[in-house]
Amino acid sequence: MNFPILSSLILLPTIGALFIFFVRSSNSQYQSSKYVSLFITLANFFLSLYLWIVFDKSIVDFQFVEEREWISGFVNYKVGVDGISILFILLTTFITPICVITVNATIKNRLKDFLIAILILETFMIGVFCSLDLVVFYLFFEAGLIPMFLIIGIWGGERRVYSAFKFFLYTLLGSVLMLVAIISIYWITGTTDVIKLYELGIDAKYQNLLWLAFFSSFAVKTPMWPVHTWLPDAHVEAPTAGSVLLAAILLKMAGYGFIRFSLGLFPDASLYFVPLVYTLSLIAIIYTSLVALMQEDMKKLIAYSSVAHMGFVTLGIFTMTQQGIEGSIFQMISHGLVSAALFLCVGVVYDRLHTRLINRYGGLVSIMPKYAIVFMVFTLGALGLPGTSGFIGEFLVLMGAFKKNILVATIASLGVILGAAYMLWLYKRIIFGKLINEDVKKMVDLKRFEIVTLWLLVLPIIFFGFYPEPLIDSIEVSVANIIDMNDLDKINKLALGD
Amino acid sequence: MENLQLIIPELFISIMIMFLLIFGVFKKNSSQLVYNLTTVSLVATLALIINLDTQIQSSLFNNSYNIDSLARFMKILLILSGIFVMLSSSKYIQINKISKIEYPILILCSILGMMVMISSNDLIVFYMGLELQSLALYVLASFNRDNLLSTESGLKYFVLSALSSGLLLYGCSLIYGFSETTNFNQIMVNTKEIEYGLTFGIVFILVGLAFKISAVPFHMWAPDVYQGSPTSVTVFFALLPKIAALTVFIRFLYIPFYELGDQWQMIIIFLSIASMVFGAVAAIGQKNLKRLIAYSSISHMGYALAGLSTGTSQGVQSSITYITIYLVMNLAFFSCLFMLKRNDEYYENIDDLSGLSKNHPLLSLSLLVVLFSLAGIPPLAGFFAKFYIFVAVINEKMYFLAIVGLLATVIAAFYYLRIIKIIYFDPEKEKFESKHNLGLKFTLVASTFFILAYFIYPSGIVDIISQININ
Repeated sequence: MNFPILSSLILLPTIGALFIFFVRSSNSQYQSSKYVSLFITLANFFLSLYLWIVFDKSIVDFQFVEEREWISGFVNYKVGVDGISILFILLTTFITPICVITVNATIKNRLKDFLIAILILETFMIGVFCSLDLVVFYLFFEAGLIPMFLIIGIWGGERRVYSAFKFFLYTLLGSVLMLVAIISIYWITGTTDVIKLYELGIDAKYQNLLWLAFFSSFAVKTPMWPVHTWLPDAHVEAPTAGSVLLAAILLKMAGYGFIRFSLGLFPDASLYFVPLVYTLSLIAIIYTSLVALMQEDMKKLIAYSSVAHMGFVTLGIFTMTQQGIEGSIFQMISHGLVSAALFLCVGVVYDRLHTRLINRYGGLVSIMPKYAIVFMVFTLGALGLPGTSGFIGEFLVLMGAFKKNILVATIASLGVILGAAYMLWLYKRIIFGKLINEDVKKMVDLKRFEIVTLWLLVLPIIFFGFYPEPLIDSIEVSVANIIDMNDLDKINKLALGD
Repeated sequence: MENLQLIIPELFISIMIMFLLIFGVFKKNSSQLVYNLTTVSLVATLALIINLDTQIQSSLFNNSYNIDSLARFMKILLILSGIFVMLSSSKYIQINKISKIEYPILILCSILGMMVMISSNDLIVFYMGLELQSLALYVLASFNRDNLLSTESGLKYFVLSALSSGLLLYGCSLIYGFSETTNFNQIMVNTKEIEYGLTFGIVFILVGLAFKISAVPFHMWAPDVYQGSPTSVTVFFALLPKIAALTVFIRFLYIPFYELGDQWQMIIIFLSIASMVFGAVAAIGQKNLKRLIAYSSISHMGYALAGLSTGTSQGVQSSITYITIYLVMNLAFFSCLFMLKRNDEYYENIDDLSGLSKNHPLLSLSLLVVLFSLAGIPPLAGFFAKFYIFVAVINEKMYFLAIVGLLATVIAAFYYLRIIKIIYFDPEKEKFESKHNLGLKFTLVASTFFILAYFIYPSGIVDIISQININ
């Protein structure tokens, strides 16, 4: 217990980055820095796996808590995990090595800098998920902008500058209000320690404004309609590894923040704003699904589908039921895997043909059968077919929603159909159809490292689709605690007039 | 005689000024030697200040000269910045042929003036210090006399500064008229009743001071002077006068006018908001790095003033922390600027940075760190500077100021990002020289390291600053 396992998780990637930075390497030795970062990220993955195994799922309290004085008399560096955050840490450490493997094909210049950026980003991402102090959380949350800005800007596509700026400024604008709220919380309650704040509670009269301030930040990051427009741009221009990290992990920070802070700290305000969140979520689900149908760029289509999926997540969280929140978390993990996989799939064909336009492809099934199989799995995962992890998440969310509001749940269910429509149509246009283009005929099937990365993602998607127990087990107690702690159930019942 | 012991640092600098002047006149071709001796005497002064007994809080010469914790800290900050400025700019003045013996001596004069300002507890002593530093600065601004821009900037600075000094002096006379004293503590005692004339006096003094730290709407001189002056003087302008002027701000607001808070608070809030917003917006279109940093420093002064506007000791401490971190960031930025040299020519346009990261990865990385820090992105030092300010501001329930300030950081982030974009995303240009003198390298490495590693132990500086008590 004395070993600071969480701090090691946070620091390890940075140490790796420093190592790569200081070890001089000529062009030919780029390989070595790749192996170093692969080693570091894998070590981090196994460390977090170990953490998951020794983690006691039956305890409500935060575990592996470390606390150190930081800004004296004001903020303490405090980290710890509960059943929810541990899953996100695991997701982060699982996705990052996959990104490192993919750099081979996608990153042509300044590989070393790219690896450093990814490692630093991993530090910040893990930090977000295990910080138990609002200021520390904000620090990690914002700091992640720097490496992501550079990843999009340096290694991105044609309109990379525009996208990088849009990403950075949107997110920063959303977050500054959160900083005001965090400082206000400090002056209202005298602490920014999340555990203490859970115990103290925040006076109801302040909650609405504080909730809105946090919401402004998380809504941009989620992203929720109407502030989602940065996401398609960022995704389209980012290199494959950047898109993967963005979709799989960075977006989840906001969902995590909603559960941890919006529900945990401001239960009354959360309840008050439920209609707002429902409306925005539904618009996101329906509207962005329709937009996704119209896309001609593969990455844009998947980006819009991410917005729709995150709509389910926000919807589920604010049903404030056990199923809804569990479903949201499950959906986030599942979407993390599926969207990462889809972006990798786009990356595979993009590396061969250097275009993301859907109509340039067609008939890939005859020349790339292996690719067709994995892409099929991910497509089905994205549309939530039973037997994939996507189904469990959506199902639970809808179950929670039906408990609360049948109209909302019905509209959201329509989104599932739309989701199936755009994903299957995408699959049809790329994989089936006639092989017309000459250059498409020359495309080769998956290389070995691509097979490894993609199948690594297929396995958990199918495994958790059939056997969601391990994940649900892990989050059950923590979710129940968040609901009990703030009497969300009771508040709900009062509001419904039961 | 006891009094003299406490002002040994000031006496030492005065003696060194006279000595170096005579030495420089009688020894031929001694400009470089005088320059080095100046640096050494600054180091010695630093040692003398640190050596003073920290426990002593005394007022000398009929209570007109203060040696207290605030003065001590600010003087250390002042001299340290002075040393780093000297270290980083030595090569620049040689290459631009402004290495004359007067240059370092004028810098010493100006620093002496600032030290007097920092310690002053009397309107007349304060004004004396102010004029001593300003007169030296006028000459320094136009030191590159063959350059049209430099001459223009010196003249512009002189005319506008003289005007503001006049206003300030008028304010001082009004204060004297209504309080019958020039001593700060006495003014506080004698001004229990608010009269119109007194308010006018305060306003005039604040205008004069706002001019010195280039707060909007008294900022007009700053961009031209920053751009026109030799870069070695610009860095001096960007750092040292701000320390002195901010200290005087603190003294004025928190000793003589403390009881009149409702008279000046709105003015400071206005200056603060105007500076933050204007500095952020006006910098967007700039093409010259020095001009850009002028606007950036206008906006940074806005944040420092936001801390002062709270009227609490916490606010003052946050302002002092802010200015400390601001100094380091600007020092690092100018060190990078001094490194943009090719064939004995210095480059200062933003476009010259294009693709810098391919040829000079380390220099670009430092610039990246500095610019993100100036933009206030965590976990760099610049974020903490702003964080402390907003903690103090929000504690006083001044939400409007906090939100405007934070929105201004988003606008400001845009132009910092633009520089980063040019450095990292744009195609490369010709290489710059990669050989630099040791002092410059040391300055850059030390300041970048400070910015980067500040988050590991943020308490250090805060603890020191929290021991400063104002009255």
